[in-house]
Amino acid sequence: MTWKKHEYDDIPGTYVFDGRRSHQGYALNKMAFSFNRQENREEFSRDKAAYCRKYALTDEQTAAVLAADFLSLLRQGGNIYYLAKMTTYYGLSIQDAGASFQGISTQEFKAKLVEAGEGFEEKMQKLGGYWGG
Amino acid sequence: MARIIGGVTTSHIPAIANAMTQGLEQEPYWKRFFDGYEPVKEWLTKVDPDVAIVVYNDHGLNFFLNQIPTFAIGCADRYENADEGWGLKTLASFDGDAELSWHIAESLVNQNFDMTMCQEVLVDHGFITPMALMWRHFPKWPVKAIPLVVNTVQHPLPTAKRCYQLGQALGKAIESYPEDLKVVIFGTGGMSHQLQGERAGIINVDFDLLCIEKFIDDPEWLTHLSNDEIMQQAGTEGIETIMWLVMRGALQPKAKLIHKHYHVPISNTGAGVVVLENMEKQ
Repeated sequence: MTWKKHEYDDIPGTYVFDGRRSHQGYALNKMAFSFNRQENREEFSRDKAAYCRKYALTDEQTAAVLAADFLSLLRQGGNIYYLAKMTTYYGLSIQDAGASFQGISTQEFKAKLVEAGEGFEEKMQKLGGYWGG
Repeated sequence: MARIIGGVTTSHIPAIANAMTQGLEQEPYWKRFFDGYEPVKEWLTKVDPDVAIVVYNDHGLNFFLNQIPTFAIGCADRYENADEGWGLKTLASFDGDAELSWHIAESLVNQNFDMTMCQEVLVDHGFITPMALMWRHFPKWPVKAIPLVVNTVQHPLPTAKRCYQLGQALGKAIESYPEDLKVVIFGTGGMSHQLQGERAGIINVDFDLLCIEKFIDDPEWLTHLSNDEIMQQAGTEGIETIMWLVMRGALQPKAKLIHKHYHVPISNTGAGVVVLENMEKQ
């Protein structure tokens, strides 16, 4: 029994959500999916560890949930869209999560995004025909 | 007969939905992004569609990982939005067109696209954000809407080529429907962004603009990209751009460009908007 290797496994800092990860993270993502309902979020609030046990998370996953360590959860099969339901619960935006993956502040993360986009208007003008280009 | 009048591409990220709820459209961060939708709204008013088919991916509201269809279509008279745990405001329900949906499903299956047919779909931000971008200034949704859901969440995902071919089949399906309806198709998602991992936050302006140009004039070029290449260039969530190809495939190869708009960053994302209009049949 072996998980097939994929080209995308070599993209650095990236956890492509495939069968292997979905299999590994099934219970974790199922718990996160339950966060769609307010009453479940409230139940989680009352006793987080018990809620993790109810969904049969591993000890390592439970520790990462209690610590709100989303990089660890990603490595343990969490899917980013499901984890976003959990980051929202913890009062964190997807940009806060992105910053935490890199160990930088959200302000620094946002500045990197702006920097990555720099010069886009000139590039559009060169191509021509863009609105406001 | 039903006719596809054109298509629109748009990002569907929840930050946009939040900005609309909070009325931030004229704030400096958002102004350029939202102003670039005004020509889209004007075009929609002019062409006045009866039905919008919204191609998007579910993010864990309607589908859980226990069952993930590759391609699914809503076949109901009504679709509800609901709490997806992301803190977004729940929007009013959407009227569907069950007869048209079932016709499309049947036609697609007969064209060898094995659709999953859904008589209930909770539509998430991937669907409601585009609808609100186009029509929030109306007191109620001015069109019927049909969700067409593509799996871009759990790999293996359909290829870019398969999405384009689905679009071609969708075009035939719609244009063989006997009722005189004007249909618009929204290809949603993208462009470059990665939400997850240490590589989160990548933006690739050159690739985004190349994709927009090819999308308009040479969509076949995009169908040769592998999902690995797209994720390398545009990030793991940038893969959503394959859904644009469903819209593009449904339109004429030489559809007329009405509007193109690009802004970056919007939250973590390069946001691309393209409006294409089909020519009147001769």
